[in-house]
Amino acid sequence: MLEKNEVHIVDYKFNILVWIDLLIFTMITIEIAQFDFQALTVMVALVIATLKTYLVGTYFMHLKFENRFLQTIVVGVGLLFIAVLMVLFTDFLYY
Amino acid sequence: MTAIPHQKLYVDFFHEKRGLASWLVTHDHKRIALLYFYAISGFFVVAFCLGLLMRLELIAPGETIMSAQVYNEVFTLHGVIMIFLFIIPAVPAIFGNFVLPMLIGAPDVAFPRLNLVSWYLYVIGGLLALSTLLYGDRPADTGWTFYAPYSVKTGTNVTVAVLAAFILGFSSILTGLNFIVTIHQMRAPGMTWMKMPLFPWALYATSWIQVLATPVVGITLLMIVAERTLGIGLFDPSIGGDPVLYQHLFWIYSHPAVYIMALPAMGIVSETIPVFVKKSIFGYKVIVYSSLAIAFIGYFVWGHHMYTSGMSGPARIIFSILTFLVAIPSAIKVFNWISTLYKGSIDIKPPLLYALAFIFLFTIGGLTGLVVGALATDIHVHDTYFVVGHFHYVMFGGTGFAFIGAIHFWYPKIWGRMYNLKWANIGFTVLFIGFNLVYFPMLVLGMMGMPRRYYDYLPEFTIPNLVSTVGSWVMAIGLIIVIVNLINGRKGPKASTNPWKSVTLDWTHTQSPPSLYNFEETPVVTRGPYDYRDYEEYIKNES
Amino acid sequence: MSSESVSQNHTAHFDAYGIKLGMWLFLFTEVLLFGGLFIVYATYRFLNPEAFHEGSSQLNLVVGAINTVFLLTSSLTVALSITALQKGDSKKAIDLIMITIVFAVAFMFNKYYEWTIKFEHGMFPGMDHYKELPPGEAQFFNLYFLMTGLHAVHVIVGAILLLIVAWFIKKGSVNQQRIVYLENAGLYWHLVDVIWIYLFPLFYLII
Repeated sequence: MLEKNEVHIVDYKFNILVWIDLLIFTMITIEIAQFDFQALTVMVALVIATLKTYLVGTYFMHLKFENRFLQTIVVGVGLLFIAVLMVLFTDFLYY
Repeated sequence: MTAIPHQKLYVDFFHEKRGLASWLVTHDHKRIALLYFYAISGFFVVAFCLGLLMRLELIAPGETIMSAQVYNEVFTLHGVIMIFLFIIPAVPAIFGNFVLPMLIGAPDVAFPRLNLVSWYLYVIGGLLALSTLLYGDRPADTGWTFYAPYSVKTGTNVTVAVLAAFILGFSSILTGLNFIVTIHQMRAPGMTWMKMPLFPWALYATSWIQVLATPVVGITLLMIVAERTLGIGLFDPSIGGDPVLYQHLFWIYSHPAVYIMALPAMGIVSETIPVFVKKSIFGYKVIVYSSLAIAFIGYFVWGHHMYTSGMSGPARIIFSILTFLVAIPSAIKVFNWISTLYKGSIDIKPPLLYALAFIFLFTIGGLTGLVVGALATDIHVHDTYFVVGHFHYVMFGGTGFAFIGAIHFWYPKIWGRMYNLKWANIGFTVLFIGFNLVYFPMLVLGMMGMPRRYYDYLPEFTIPNLVSTVGSWVMAIGLIIVIVNLINGRKGPKASTNPWKSVTLDWTHTQSPPSLYNFEETPVVTRGPYDYRDYEEYIKNES
Repeated sequence: MSSESVSQNHTAHFDAYGIKLGMWLFLFTEVLLFGGLFIVYATYRFLNPEAFHEGSSQLNLVVGAINTVFLLTSSLTVALSITALQKGDSKKAIDLIMITIVFAVAFMFNKYYEWTIKFEHGMFPGMDHYKELPPGEAQFFNLYFLMTGLHAVHVIVGAILLLIVAWFIKKGSVNQQRIVYLENAGLYWHLVDVIWIYLFPLFYLII
């Protein structure tokens, strides 16, 4: 059914570029944590973490070359978790 | 056509290999299904007897046969076994394993070895749960929900019981994972998604819940273990924890788990009714989408178990609205089944009787579910016998009856023999009457205000309790008739390969009992799953 | 077709995509396993923001940052190892897995160092010291030990998985054509990395 014959090879060089990006993002997240954005601080940290996850997922985990279904369910599970968290917080936000 | 060319090569899966050892290391989905069948049935009988004991204690006010502490332990074990060891695995692990590959035209599941691992995890978990009876101070007395803070304070064997539930969760996850990959990758040529029978569809939706919800309860139970053994007081308010968060985490799994129990049963009903009506199911696609919708919305309604736990007002209202939403797809299914019956040539056989009983009892369970799902009315009946009556109508009246119906439906396929139809009908009737005698009074008692989980009650509740206890004996007699009849059926007359004249692959293209890899050659699907036009001719040509 | 040939077909059947899909489904269960802990974290941080800030300031940012670099680099070497095997260079693939293992060991060593110091300061799960801490701060350390502890277990499991795959590559049963087992072990390792990507800012970088 869902067969995939062609193999996508992510080049050595490209992998290393991704890794450098990841290190840069790590530096940014440490640097930026020194400033106080009040309530936004967590959001900034999580956005950067999600960008890093995007890089790891897309290139290291080869999601870019997987079929649409697999890409969809990976994003779907992430959204499901966020939705559960939001529904949960209807309790704690208005406590 | 009796002279099938490969007749000599046909060996059924019972005789492919012999001896106990060949069963314990088998990778055959049918044998693993039967291993589950024997294990699950055993646990079911144990938990059923515990239920009888509870009813006996409640025959009259005051202490009759057991003390309050023993009663607490009995209802905990009854709940743990019935939920984690019977009703969650029953339909997916037994009938999912046995017929799912056959329904989609596959030789086995995607990961046969993993399938066997799931069974061993199940057995280990089950034995661990039972072992809590044997050592330590006392078996767990927390109820099957293991609510903190009591579950971390009580001196009973909670740690082991919780670990057992964790392991059983793992077994459930692996089964779900296996089914999803099987359904994606192993459908027979020509079987597009919209030509797939509805039982695989129901299992598909169920498997997603198993994969996505079970880990949450896994980690929650580990938190209880961590708190009991390491003193990590995650739910301890004195160090900034919140016991209500435990309830949230628990129900984030355990409400979707209700659909793990109900969806496969609905799949069986969808599978059974067209066969005995000889008519295509009404609104195939709508049933498919409603299964997926139940799985999805079911993820967001957990809070309706916690209306009286001290949740915020907005949260309670939101959960109540979401709960109403999840009732819609369930109701759609009921309407579809009834529409399928309309103008069909109905042939009342035991499997259909159970399917009809499912519709009737599940509807009562579903409507009482709206009463407890609605915020305003739930405040009145929360933690009363109304809730006990409600979920037994859904779980036993729904899934339990569908499960017994499935045994009657696939019995000739599994064992190649036919049970006595007359006794099957008698057993069904007694069971059905007994069931309603047990649980309908509970709905009344709940409305009268009798709280659940007590071994004692006020004198004004005596009459309905007496009726309920007598009903439990009627139900037990019915169950004994059913079981004895099924056991005798093993020596009954040989069944033909397709006694119900179904047009799904499990009946048209496999022997009874099936051979090791089910199909002599991979079937090619050209018709819809419930296409009953000229079915006599079709069955004759294909077999 | 006789049943014999069906059975041979069956055993010869090798579905790389199915195996990978199975692994992804398993990763989802891992995500939600940690998800439960993240839910607890989010709730308690929301309820005790000050205490979480206090607790975070007692963690060693340098150790956390070094461990982040270790894990990111080990993720790179796993990715490179897959590239190497895709190109058919199994010796290079094994070498790169071994480098990954070295980083995993370095990570665990760092973690051991970090925890030992915490223990020496009397901070460990279930300590009496908790009773004196402000409520939320004790909860912060509970979560810190539980979440990084569970993560460390996953690092160990992932390293063992990679070692097993390296052994199979050496024996030749995992190769250019049957690369999916290496890919699956790699997926698991990347997931371990991703979880750390979130754990790091949530524990070490709270202002």
